[in-house]
Amino acid sequence: MSKAFLFKGGRVIDPANGEDTVRDLKVENGKIVKEFSVANGEIETIDANGKVVCPGLIDIHVHLREPGQTAKETIATGTQSAAAGGFTTVVAMPNTTPPVDSTATVSWIIQRARETGVVNVYPTGCISQGMAGELLAPIGSLKKAGVVAITDDGKCIQNNELMRRALEYARMFNLVVMDHCQDYALTAGGVMNEGYWSTVLGLKGWPAIAEEIIIARNAMLAELTGCRVHCQHVTSAGGVRIIREAKQRGVPISGEICAHHIALTDESLKGYNSDFKMNPPLRTQRDIEALLTGFADGTIEYLASDHAPHCNYEKEVEIADAPFGIVGLETEFALFNTKIAKAGISSLPKVIEALTVKAARLLDLPKGTLTVGADADVTVLDPELRWTVRKTQLLSKSKNTPFDGTELTGRAIFTMVSGRPVWSLEKGILV
Amino acid sequence: MKWTRKDFIDIQSLSREEIELVLDTAASFKKVLERPIKKVPSLRGKTVVNLFIEPSTRTRVSFELAAQNLSADVISMAAESSSFKKGETLKDTALNLQALNAEFIVIRHSAAGAAQFLAERLNAHVINAGDGAHEHPTQAMLDTFTIREKLGTLEGKHILIVGDILYSRVARSDIWSLTKLGAKVTLVGPTTLLPEHFRDMGVGVVHDLDSVLPQADVINLLRIQHERQSKAAFPSLGEYIGVYGLTRERFKKCKPDVMIMHPGPINRGVEIESDLADCGNSVILQQVTNGLAVRMAVLYLVSGGAVGGVE
Amino acid sequence: MDAAAIDRSLNRLAHEILERSPEGVALGFVGIHTRGVPLAERLAKLTQKFDPSRPVLPVGQLDISFHRDDIGRAKPAPKITDIAFDVDKEHVILVDDVFFTGRSVRAALNALVDIGRAKTVRLAVLVDRGHRQLPIRADYVGKNIPTSIEEKVEVRLSEIDANDEVIVSGGTV
Repeated sequence: MSKAFLFKGGRVIDPANGEDTVRDLKVENGKIVKEFSVANGEIETIDANGKVVCPGLIDIHVHLREPGQTAKETIATGTQSAAAGGFTTVVAMPNTTPPVDSTATVSWIIQRARETGVVNVYPTGCISQGMAGELLAPIGSLKKAGVVAITDDGKCIQNNELMRRALEYARMFNLVVMDHCQDYALTAGGVMNEGYWSTVLGLKGWPAIAEEIIIARNAMLAELTGCRVHCQHVTSAGGVRIIREAKQRGVPISGEICAHHIALTDESLKGYNSDFKMNPPLRTQRDIEALLTGFADGTIEYLASDHAPHCNYEKEVEIADAPFGIVGLETEFALFNTKIAKAGISSLPKVIEALTVKAARLLDLPKGTLTVGADADVTVLDPELRWTVRKTQLLSKSKNTPFDGTELTGRAIFTMVSGRPVWSLEKGILV
Repeated sequence: MKWTRKDFIDIQSLSREEIELVLDTAASFKKVLERPIKKVPSLRGKTVVNLFIEPSTRTRVSFELAAQNLSADVISMAAESSSFKKGETLKDTALNLQALNAEFIVIRHSAAGAAQFLAERLNAHVINAGDGAHEHPTQAMLDTFTIREKLGTLEGKHILIVGDILYSRVARSDIWSLTKLGAKVTLVGPTTLLPEHFRDMGVGVVHDLDSVLPQADVINLLRIQHERQSKAAFPSLGEYIGVYGLTRERFKKCKPDVMIMHPGPINRGVEIESDLADCGNSVILQQVTNGLAVRMAVLYLVSGGAVGGVE
Repeated sequence: MDAAAIDRSLNRLAHEILERSPEGVALGFVGIHTRGVPLAERLAKLTQKFDPSRPVLPVGQLDISFHRDDIGRAKPAPKITDIAFDVDKEHVILVDDVFFTGRSVRAALNALVDIGRAKTVRLAVLVDRGHRQLPIRADYVGKNIPTSIEEKVEVRLSEIDANDEVIVSGGTV
């Protein structure tokens, strides 16, 4: 296999260097290079004419389900799904079985990813032991073993004392605490956003206030402790407002938007299709507008998928009993491209910035740039490509997408990890 | 107007004409019920399965009689005897019933959306006998039928629905049916059980029962199920009676010919003072009889509705 | 058939019915929905005109939807059955517009039997177009119109439609 690649004539967007120019990009021996050292005959050319060449995309919120839930997804299938979505790096959530609250599990995941993964996998660790929300996990040891952040994602620490101590403790290790913001008492039995549609459908409401109360708590604790808190999957107008106000005061808090939360509203639940059931739930058009405004004005700086695979037999039950979550890696770029860049909310380079250098800097990953000498994680995007999502064609082991049959604009067409082509639209997985 | 739907899932998606077809057909069946032979051969040789995942004696009995009056064979499966405890999914249970050649599945389930879930997956006709807090469409049809029978029309009539609206599938189905036929509907209940979102369904939302009683042509009292509600929703049954119970004293404020309805079973002395339930204004037992005619009409109509719906 | 021809047929039918029914016996006309109902009413009026001494029974209407043999194939739109006299005690004349396969009459007989055991049941039709599929015959026929099976015979009556006429259409010439 070739060791040198020439991406020819593409629009190179590298937000880390503020670059947006049409030029060639050179890769040799797994790194971005200024000039080739090998002879012309050994260089493989990738025609990027009319396409976008950018740093490999990074998703900071992915459930790979391994170990323990491999009927839903494995590190192998999950990273293949990532590659097909243009992602070269995924940050894996720790709510596996067992949860990632011991160094052994961290090491196992890192080893497993090296053996079976096709893109880079960075694990996160739990905040609390067993994600039970009672005792702190061994955060320092987890960091040493390789976690890039701590989170109880899927669960939310209700005990404010424990959350305070977690932030104080994590700050010692310079770890970001990522929080799934949900007040349990306010969401007991909840299935979907509390509003007109939950009323009509007779489904138990999941009010936005349940998320906002925890975001507000996190802002206060971040201010008190000085530890960075990252609020995962922000969905509501109120949540955006709280983060905006806190950031204006200099509080170390941030938020992320997941693609489905700006693409769909709670009205989508009207067919009782559990592929539209997620946690937090789809909200209203007004919330979508607030999220988009929040991204445009810099309040919300991060974009992610919350890729959450579930088996069809788990999802194909009464909607109240179905698990929350959808697969997202393969539709994510198209949705952000359509809903943010094409819609004129912000620019394509801003979307790429959020999905590369911003994500890398949040978690201190040595990724997200095309600077000479950097790892050659490269994605070629066609932001104009119109395509129709077919759930049967997804590479993820699970097919729980709400976008089956939806036409989207923009798609990765080639993905390279450390100088190795891993996926192309034409040929599929290459490794 | 002809019936084209395979299933009977909700009132929300029905047109006014479809609702009227159900009511007119029910009127035909009510005539049948007045004859010495209360049976027609329409569904002879067909099998109706009542799949009741949530217990309900009266609705089940009503559907059983309706199916028998149409000459169908009827089997009722209650939650206790079903395979649910063995961990079989709803989908698998229903597919098994279909494999046994059940042409009609009448489903009662505690989960909203359960009827639609089955309708999308089965060739059998699916009839919703109440799904969680979503809809109870045959109850709405019998309520509407009873009002139309007594008052001649729904147009312009003022109908109060009183009680625990938030968790009531009857309220939701009634709202769609009554408003589609031109009635003015006002919901009455405590703020915790009657959120403002209901206004967007085209109805009034009021928390003071006494203020609207004098204008009402019909009062539909819902059953209060204190055990089901979140404990935070209202303090006690005693407090409920004081604020929303239909007492003798409140009854005096009503129009003399006001119609009193209740989907049953009644909590005497809670939603309604006991002797008011038996007075001349009460149509509670007519509702039960009409329920039979309405359920015959629904089973009969869907039997001719094609798989895949509209022509 | 135009309006005058329909009139003539009904007049003749009324006379035949009177001639062949015992003296003084009340006649219970029952129309099969939809167009049998106005025909039954017209026949009742005519017999009363020709024989005013005969006792009068209210005209009944019979809906056969619930007794059809094509339930599950047809899209249902049932009408009301309403017979105000005591079927058990009377002589019934079933009235329909077009007599074709005999299946509607079969359903009507079953529906009628469920209501009561009439002393006699006779069948009167405006048009007999042939092509019986069941062993049933009419007692009184207004007009025999030989047709091919592909043809459509449509009876229009002023109570329901714009005018009175019978149209045969759609056949190959």
